[in-house]
Amino acid sequence: MNKLKLFLLNNAAFIIFIVIFVIFGLLSPRFLAYKSLEIIIVNATFIGVIAVGMTFVLLTGGIDLSVGSTMYFSAAVLGYLVNDLGISIWLGMLVCLLVGLLIGALNALMITRIGMVPFIATLISMILARGAGMFITRSVPMDYPESLTTLDAINVFGVIPMPILLFALVVLAASVFLRDTQTGRQLYAIGNDPEGGRRAGLDTRRLTAMTYMICGTCSALGGIVSIAQLGRVNASFGVGNEFDAIAAAVLGGASLFGGIGTVFPGTLLGAVMIQMIQSGLVFTRIDLYLQPIIMAAIIFLAVLVDSIRSSFIKKLQRRNITRQGDAAAGDENADG
Amino acid sequence: MDDTPIFQCNGVGKAFFGVKALDNVDIELRRGRVLGLIGENGAGKSTLMNVIGGFFPQDSGEMFLDGKPYRPEGTLAATKAGIGFIHQELNLFPNLAIAENMFIDDFPKRGPLIDRREMARRTTGVLKALGMDFPPWLKVERLMPGERQMVEIARVLASDARIIIFDEPTTSLTAKETEKLFVLIGQLKEEGRAIVYISHILGDVEKLCDDLVILRDGGITAAGRCGEFCVERMVASMIGRDIGSIYPPKTNKPGGEVALSVKNLSQSGIVSNISLDLKKGEILGIFGLMGSGRTELMRMIFGVDDYESGAVTVDRVPIRRSNPRDAIDKGMAFVTENRRDEGFLQSYPIVDNIGLVYMRDFIHPLTRLVDRKRVAGESVRIAGELKIKYASVDRQAVKSLSGGNQQKVALGKWLVKRPKALILDEPTRGIDVGAKYEVYNIINDLAAGGSGVMVVSSELGELMGIADRIVAMNRGEIIQVFARGEFDEEAIMRAAFRIHEDGMRIGSAS
Repeated sequence: MNKLKLFLLNNAAFIIFIVIFVIFGLLSPRFLAYKSLEIIIVNATFIGVIAVGMTFVLLTGGIDLSVGSTMYFSAAVLGYLVNDLGISIWLGMLVCLLVGLLIGALNALMITRIGMVPFIATLISMILARGAGMFITRSVPMDYPESLTTLDAINVFGVIPMPILLFALVVLAASVFLRDTQTGRQLYAIGNDPEGGRRAGLDTRRLTAMTYMICGTCSALGGIVSIAQLGRVNASFGVGNEFDAIAAAVLGGASLFGGIGTVFPGTLLGAVMIQMIQSGLVFTRIDLYLQPIIMAAIIFLAVLVDSIRSSFIKKLQRRNITRQGDAAAGDENADG
Repeated sequence: MDDTPIFQCNGVGKAFFGVKALDNVDIELRRGRVLGLIGENGAGKSTLMNVIGGFFPQDSGEMFLDGKPYRPEGTLAATKAGIGFIHQELNLFPNLAIAENMFIDDFPKRGPLIDRREMARRTTGVLKALGMDFPPWLKVERLMPGERQMVEIARVLASDARIIIFDEPTTSLTAKETEKLFVLIGQLKEEGRAIVYISHILGDVEKLCDDLVILRDGGITAAGRCGEFCVERMVASMIGRDIGSIYPPKTNKPGGEVALSVKNLSQSGIVSNISLDLKKGEILGIFGLMGSGRTELMRMIFGVDDYESGAVTVDRVPIRRSNPRDAIDKGMAFVTENRRDEGFLQSYPIVDNIGLVYMRDFIHPLTRLVDRKRVAGESVRIAGELKIKYASVDRQAVKSLSGGNQQKVALGKWLVKRPKALILDEPTRGIDVGAKYEVYNIINDLAAGGSGVMVVSSELGELMGIADRIVAMNRGEIIQVFARGEFDEEAIMRAAFRIHEDGMRIGSAS
């Protein structure tokens, strides 16, 4: 019984995913069509890519509020380069990614060198990057060349949509990095206990700094994906996306306290789930003004299940003193 | 055996904010020998080891490793130079697997990726040598504290350190695990490694060490072959005076009235049907092995944890279940065993810690704000009464005090009002001889003043020294209660081990 419960709770994210999928499918059979599923994943790409970067930051126990503004600023730079200076889109995109990296580096500088709290540091760069983007664009909406906006429609090998391939590559690279490299494992360690990491001789500053730079770069990349899909960028581009990215990572099991979370399957599922809910609500023609409320309820439910899981696991691991045979070995700290 | 020192430090000094933590210290380590390092908390043992381990550089003096100057740039450099450090506070990451913890600063790699097979192979090897057969991919969070300590030790062994520093390694080990550790240290000696062993348990030091260095106030007060020291001489060198006895004379007199009463307390799987009475003015010792449920019981009585059935009263007033605030309001106080996490606010000064529990009583009648002046006055009074050594009551963070003084702060916050019933869980764990004596004194004075004091301890000698009655617990049950006249070490031990039923069973359940 306990085993079954544990299995269900451990795979909560996945189960909720399936349940939501089935409900929408029943409500609107059109939702289950291959094409609509493909659209969901394509649309999940831009938040997904940013959420992957966010996962790195959350793993260290940090947070990055600047991702939405980073998207906007790097998109503004890209627009300026290709529209006003006539630079090729490939070089432009490279510079765009560099801009994201730089904002990440700025965050890292404030957090690891000056010792600012991530929330405040990234709040500052959130305002700064938004402002810098507005300064460049004068908050006039920007259009991008067709060579960029049609990238979205390319099917690689004729079948795989470009955004899905990109998302898959980002998820693959990030999860291999986190799971199978020394640096990746050390990120989990310092996220669990930064002081312990320092004592163990880990370079916590460098590791922490790296996560913000990865997150900044991912934001710029997510921005490019979004530009290719929308074709146009106005002054509200990226506003509020930081919370979608955080929600996706947390839905996927990442902890805001650090040290817990995965890109695959966690954040991938979380990002697709958020998009699935949004599309599902549209497909089922639920009142537009009810949709955010339902969205909130579902996220609440997912996080609630997660906290039930943690306390249940704690209970299971609590030792049975009276009945179990030889209990001479100590575990009095277990509840401390 | 090669008798040139593998490691030397000459005239090492270190000061923090102008206060000397180490003053002109010389030590030598030799292959195949164990150096015991003892001293009161705050004597400079940790500072010395931290200098050697590369946590911070010394201010003066020099160190030599294999005859060459040694000045580590950081902990990693010290590890690379062959110095392994087993910390008193566990330095493991519970969210990672045992194997990952073993190699956290230097994973075996194949190309850019970590080599899981090699990690598993080496981890299994080292664990086996320590007599543990955990799967290498088990997460550390699943292990018991003692088992975690063994993993910490395994980690240092896997790094092939030539010099191994053990800082209070036995505080979370069971008797059997401690025994295993001592056998292991013997093997390490034979392999020719140099070992530093820091402990407050002088009997262990006497048994284990070849050489001895005793520190006090940052300087060496005595050094030599361990055989030249008896425990009394160790203590005298540590505290700089002879202590007449280890326990203060008892002046309390248990009264007839009950201060705290527990009736038929049960929680399935943890404790069953516990009933006990703590008299006013009485010191009641609770003895049990780790895992006997003693800490769990105290937490339930105070209301930190819930229980299924039973009743608790203080001075005949019922205490609400699972409600520490109610327990406090009705005169109960509780000093937990987990001082560092639950005992006080580490980064705050004494004032904030003393004002913590009875904050409401410090509210100014007119302004309805906390009267910080009164809290400060009260803090100075309590700090003086408990002989807390501090630089400033309102500016110095409690974490910068020594262990014994920290414990006094944890205790002192309850003394703003005189508690009717005070529960102390392991009040002297990890504090030095001098501070222990002072804690015993405080306990005695509180009981003499009419409070009921319940002391949980895994040191039976300590309970026999201070308690009026001792309750022996085993597996969540009270086995027997001993009155002061009939204290008998063996009988109490037998009760705690429940020997008449199970035969001798000590040690790990793994």
